[in-house]
Amino acid sequence: MELRIDDRRVFAATYGREPDPGRPTVLFVHGAAMDRTVWTLFGRYFVRHEHNAIAVDLPGHGRSEGPPLESIPAMADWVAALLDAAGIDSAFLVGHSMGSLAVLDAAARHPERARGIVLVGTSAPMPVTDALLDPARANERLALDLLTLWGHSARAHVGGFSVPGMWMTGGGLRLVERAAPGVLFADLDACNRYADGIERARAVRCPALLVLGERDSMTPARAVRDLEAALPVSRRLVIRHGGHQLMSERPNQVLDALAEFVG
Amino acid sequence: MPGPRYLGFDTLSLHAGQPPDPATGARAAPIYQSASFVFPDADHAAGLFNLERSGHVYSRLSNPTNAMLEERVAALEGGLGALAVASGQAALHLAVATIAGAGDHLVASRSLYGGSHNLLEYTLPRFGIETTFVDPRDARAFRAAIRPTTRLLFGETVGNPGCEVLDIPAIAEVAHEAGLPLLVDNTFATPWLCRPIELGADLVYHSATKFLSGHGVVIGGVLVDGGRFDWDASGRFPTLSEPHDGFHGLTYTEEFGPAAFITRARREGLRDFGACMAPTTAFYVLQGLETLSIRMDRHVANTREVVAFLEGHDAVEWVSYPEAKGHPDRELASRLLPKGAGAVFSFGVRGGRAAGQRFIERLEVFSHLANVGDAKSLVIHPASTTHHRMDAEALAAAGISEGLIRLSVGIEDPADLTADLGRALRASQR
Repeated sequence: MELRIDDRRVFAATYGREPDPGRPTVLFVHGAAMDRTVWTLFGRYFVRHEHNAIAVDLPGHGRSEGPPLESIPAMADWVAALLDAAGIDSAFLVGHSMGSLAVLDAAARHPERARGIVLVGTSAPMPVTDALLDPARANERLALDLLTLWGHSARAHVGGFSVPGMWMTGGGLRLVERAAPGVLFADLDACNRYADGIERARAVRCPALLVLGERDSMTPARAVRDLEAALPVSRRLVIRHGGHQLMSERPNQVLDALAEFVG
Repeated sequence: MPGPRYLGFDTLSLHAGQPPDPATGARAAPIYQSASFVFPDADHAAGLFNLERSGHVYSRLSNPTNAMLEERVAALEGGLGALAVASGQAALHLAVATIAGAGDHLVASRSLYGGSHNLLEYTLPRFGIETTFVDPRDARAFRAAIRPTTRLLFGETVGNPGCEVLDIPAIAEVAHEAGLPLLVDNTFATPWLCRPIELGADLVYHSATKFLSGHGVVIGGVLVDGGRFDWDASGRFPTLSEPHDGFHGLTYTEEFGPAAFITRARREGLRDFGACMAPTTAFYVLQGLETLSIRMDRHVANTREVVAFLEGHDAVEWVSYPEAKGHPDRELASRLLPKGAGAVFSFGVRGGRAAGQRFIERLEVFSHLANVGDAKSLVIHPASTTHHRMDAEALAAAGISEGLIRLSVGIEDPADLTADLGRALRASQR
């Protein structure tokens, strides 16, 4: 699906069916330097189950025109604008990593648009170490490697991926290699500067589901306590041995949790 | 303090794709000898068919043992995914058929394994796919042969039987300038000696029958997707960038991004052409991969001894090995194959066809057969076997002289190999 927001071309995967305002909608927001394709299995599920599924390419990512948005609140406002452009009043908002902060912020500041939020691989705040920010700022290859190395659990580096024949870390690396220069840094910088997560969480009025990886070294499960406490109604799933890239590491478990939450 | 790093090649050779079996704890790769896999419920079944759920349905499409092999080869080659198939030929056909159809065109090295040459020269034209063959040493010839209908450039890391080394970075540049992918047959080099994807290739395949399995016990192939080629930008690959009627309108680049090619190859190619690998075969290849680097180092070390022996022998007219003195690709091989140029090469016996036949019949350690890449040393004399119907002129046109002998050097004691060759060479000159 192609839309225009702020006079820029926007792309979102809808899995063979244009959104129908009469159906419930699940909207997916990807993480730093990634794109819509991280949500394909999940989007296809919800479309078959009579939902709209919309997996966006944030500006400057995938097929959407740039530049990347500069802050998490800007991403949240863009999500609301995208729902407007798609003719959708409200949706279950699902975000991974940076995308989880965007949907958290959107649910707090545009409460009428969020029927529920799912935060995958999340924490608030979401500090980013200089060891990653510096090479990202310089567009060095090291940043992509660190993102891939730290983004997957030690088990994921051995493989045994449930999608047959796919080498998980290789696929993750190829995806972030596609990001244009500057995009990774812009995204990481936005995460690093976002200080309002806990305050925003207190303003959320819809149910929230947290999907966390037991071995996530980028957004460790232990760093989520304050966020979880601030959300009024939340559920939490900690995936055993899971890392940060949970949609590729444990797709069936993430889908089961999403399907139960969305209903 | 050293920074974080990916698992190394030997660790991946042993572990990639194969954590302890989640069902039993088995440390060795279990052979999932089952045609089908039970669905937990009807919705889960529908989800598997609709690419919502990850898992296995039917062993023509995927199998847990095969998946271990696919992950491992993808990891070793630096790709994002792979497909295990019935043979190297099945892998080549699958690569071509996934992105080309009637009216399309390929540009290939003219120095190819005979079976690959036959497929491209004689069989695919019956299905409307034409191939132009060019000198693998001439990047300009690859460029000049590209047409608006070209869909793929193709060559072997080390050519057969002349050991031409493909300048993968140069040919990849030609391909990418034209918006085309480069496919490389990396059978002779294996990922231990050369990783074509790191050098710019987009797709890689193996006859796993050879060095990957390494013991001459199975027939199999593996096709690896590097995941870097932009199928959308090129605009020439509607099988990947436009809706697929055979899968309910799925557009592979839209939904699978970097994995578009390998996803269509499985969902269409394995499903419809059906050239799948048996799980027991996958097990044997996995066993072979566990010792890949150790075996390849020994293959190369033995080959170097054999090449040196042959270069100094009066009954030998020439030796064509990329590391040998005077080989036109010696410098290129030192750059692209720094750990060694493999263990398959050819040389010429003085005395032509008859001498070649006498030579081959006196060998005892080398086995006279049609294969390469076994742990045991192998030999073939094309003029008296695979190409016996050809006269000297026809052989020359195929780049084969009457005295050409092809060796695949194994991992036996090297002194026994040179002694065997020496005996047979003396006999060939009587």
